[in-house]
Amino acid sequence: MNMRELSSFRGGIRLDSHKGETQNIASRTLPIPEKLILPLQQHGGVAAEPCVEIGQRVLKNEIIAEARNYFGMRLHAPSSGVISAINKFPVIHPIGLSTDCIELTTDGEDMARGLNTVNDVTSLETEAVYQRVAEAGIVGLGGAGFPAHVKVQEAIGQTVDMLIINAVECEPYITCDDRLIQEHPGEVLAGAALIARVIDAGECIVAVEEDMPAAMAALKGVPSARIELVSIPAIYPSGGEKQLVTILTGREVPTGLLPIDIGVAVLNVATVVAIFRAVFSGKPLLDRLVTVAGDFCSPGNANTLIGTPIKYLLEHFGVSDTSNHRVLAGGPMMGTEILNLAAPITKTVNCILVLHRETAENLSNACIRCGDCLSVCPVGLQPQQLFDAARTSDVDLAQELHLFDCIDCGCCAYVCPSQIPLVHYFRYAKSSIEALDRDRAVADGARARHEQQLQRLSAKSKIGARSGLELADVSALDPSELERDIKAAVSRSSKRRQNENEL
Amino acid sequence: MIWLYLALVLMAIAGIFVILRQHEPELDPENRLVSEIDSLLPQTQCRQCGYPGCLPYAEAIVSANAPIDRCPPGGPVLRRALGEMLGRTGSSGRPAVELSATSFLKVAAIDESACIGCVKCLQACPVDAIVGAAKQMHTVISKECTGCELCVEPCPVDCIFIADFTADVERWSWQMPIDGEHRLGFSEPS
Repeated sequence: MNMRELSSFRGGIRLDSHKGETQNIASRTLPIPEKLILPLQQHGGVAAEPCVEIGQRVLKNEIIAEARNYFGMRLHAPSSGVISAINKFPVIHPIGLSTDCIELTTDGEDMARGLNTVNDVTSLETEAVYQRVAEAGIVGLGGAGFPAHVKVQEAIGQTVDMLIINAVECEPYITCDDRLIQEHPGEVLAGAALIARVIDAGECIVAVEEDMPAAMAALKGVPSARIELVSIPAIYPSGGEKQLVTILTGREVPTGLLPIDIGVAVLNVATVVAIFRAVFSGKPLLDRLVTVAGDFCSPGNANTLIGTPIKYLLEHFGVSDTSNHRVLAGGPMMGTEILNLAAPITKTVNCILVLHRETAENLSNACIRCGDCLSVCPVGLQPQQLFDAARTSDVDLAQELHLFDCIDCGCCAYVCPSQIPLVHYFRYAKSSIEALDRDRAVADGARARHEQQLQRLSAKSKIGARSGLELADVSALDPSELERDIKAAVSRSSKRRQNENEL
Repeated sequence: MIWLYLALVLMAIAGIFVILRQHEPELDPENRLVSEIDSLLPQTQCRQCGYPGCLPYAEAIVSANAPIDRCPPGGPVLRRALGEMLGRTGSSGRPAVELSATSFLKVAAIDESACIGCVKCLQACPVDAIVGAAKQMHTVISKECTGCELCVEPCPVDCIFIADFTADVERWSWQMPIDGEHRLGFSEPS
């Protein structure tokens, strides 16, 4: 059992895990789909800049879009083929919006560009490791999608007491990290050791949920010094970054700060494996394990190329008719409903969940002030009061109640006896505040440009009066001449329109 | 020795800076109120209030007791905020509109095939959101357009139209849940 004494975070709930349905089934590899749709933005940063043209042939591993800045993320071709479109395609989005994507029509040959491997990772310099991570286009694979090289760089720059490898897959149904550990325990531990060395971590812990005994056994089967394996109680959301830090250190990450600010670096286990592969064999992030689970007969995990249409993935699991189902990206507690199944798998999608659409409408009732939401909130917020603030659009009150500390975990909505969609209300309130800030920034820009325009115009009239200079501007042109030009252009334009109409 | 002089000079410069900062002219209360009001106004510069811009309207509210409900883009949200700030009536308590219904819901666009390059819209745009030159095609920088519609009337070939703002991944918001709506995730077994 654990040598370490564990703390606990407040609140949280025990959920029916549903992990037994998929955790002992070997993951499969899908045949290469005919078309891959690669969104230019697959993480929290700035969209990538395409560096290929339509009709261009690309090899697997080749860069097809370049990062625009430090927080950007480059994109590689997951297989060989021809770039067939750069356009807006539907993506996984709460209200079903489309975004710019590169469409790659594959040729099935999977011809790869050679990779730059390293014989001995233990001798690589810190800078070289960072460089190889940045080149591989790795984002946090646990869901938030923070650029991995930024996280590594931040950890290099600070004193890190503890490196936590997060394998606490706390949402029900999801077992992709579980399968990854069972199938590649050596890479998990080698990756953990590599990162611990590079960021000079005081100690290194791999945290595994207690629901994952086979994964824990697989890790124990690999000899590894200096890395501690810890089993974490299955209380949702123990895999939340800040919650996990509290469990392992007994300390809380203060509001507005990140774990790294109190000397703790946290990386998802799949991210660690991706980093290891990038550093060791130069492999860019082209694929990931995705759990496909829910209410159908043959769930499991699949090694899926980034850009694979979700419809294609589901068909390989025997799910073709979803008219009576809701399809979610992510788990049942925090997932996003997928409105168009043509949308592709992106780097941050860990699970596709197919659930029966409940037949009886579960309508919400009035809040009865039972306080159940308060006792389960893992952050210590007051969901009931936040609900009032959100419902009445009171942005000041919502922020006073620390709305932005809410992690969207869904515990409050899960236990609410009145079935109030609390998380939806909080997302609405958060995005309203962000929209107000955005509009305020647009207004400030408009004010500045208007002021500059007024200054420019008054300066121009002063100069004109003083020196009689001819300014290269229409305001200095002869008005009657200008009027004549415009009349001529108008008649040309109307003549052209007439011609078009006659045609 | 020269280092000592240099240090003294630097200290003197720093001292002057500190003094200057302390003696920075402060806005008188009236001007401060004007700029506070102006910071709430939507900056569309659309003149629908009857004043030549947002700042002149703010000044008129302070000095000429202009009514606070003359700004259509700001809507009831603005009216309530101004009412609270100035302690004036005319604010009718809480607004009935949703927060995400903010001001920038319209955007101008130019039918570029019909544009004759007359620069009239460029001169009409109060926020420099149209680019172009004489006898060259013009276009609207839609991210900077406030939807004020002032460019529409001057266009001699009627090639400017005002479109409703459509959400994209960078500018969208969640809507308020409808009462009684389904929950997102799965529910506790009853």
